[in-house]
Amino acid sequence: MAIPSDVKLNTLGLFCPMPIIKTSKKIKELTVGQVLEVVSDDEGIKKDMPAWCETTGHEFVGLAEESNGGLIHYKAYVRKAK
Amino acid sequence: MSGAKLDPQVALAELQASKPERVTLVVLSGDMDRVMAAFIIATGAAAMGMRVTMFFTFWGLNAIRREGVQGGAKDWLRRMFGYLNRGGADSLPLSRFHFWGLGTRMMKLVMKQNRMPGIAELREMALDLGVRFIACTTTLGLMGITKDTLIGEVDQFAGVSTYLAEAREAQVNLFI
Repeated sequence: MAIPSDVKLNTLGLFCPMPIIKTSKKIKELTVGQVLEVVSDDEGIKKDMPAWCETTGHEFVGLAEESNGGLIHYKAYVRKAK
Repeated sequence: MSGAKLDPQVALAELQASKPERVTLVVLSGDMDRVMAAFIIATGAAAMGMRVTMFFTFWGLNAIRREGVQGGAKDWLRRMFGYLNRGGADSLPLSRFHFWGLGTRMMKLVMKQNRMPGIAELREMALDLGVRFIACTTTLGLMGITKDTLIGEVDQFAGVSTYLAEAREAQVNLFI
């Protein structure tokens, strides 16, 4: 599944709560309507990113999983809503 | 009062929209694992746009003490206590498997290998995200910890009323 994104954020190797903290900082750099792609190898992001979006009011676009040499990379897509 | 009358429902909706959700955490424990959980929740909540207050009391005060600084308590009993009760982000023991420091050192090593932030980094991140720190004055006195031995970023020195005034406005209140 390929979802087009405007900005990419690499959080590989980082644990909770770092992907969420980095996302909350990065989203400020985007303009409304742009999509942020957050790459993580922490499985928690599957639940955490939708929860973060619900609380902050940004739109959760979707999630893609990619196998990368035995490691799963999760790509979460968030559209800046405000 | 001005003559313009606000529709109470509209005013409330506006107020709620502009008012961020609040979280308070009472950090009583000075165990590394518990303090770590507290900072993870605090930073996570701040990243979700919530207003976070951490209230440090008893052993939790050790998490906001400067590393290697001894308290300047006046009487010998409290001085002795302060000497035994070491503080600082890097000196907190694990709640289990501390093993006179060996277990905690091993845990820190594993965390480092996995690039996980330690207490000091988490604390820095919390401050960076606007988390407010309150130190309990009563337990500071009781434990022989003086204000000048705490980190400079402590926002307030206060007591139970300040905590409750915050907590009654908050949606999430945790005791760790």
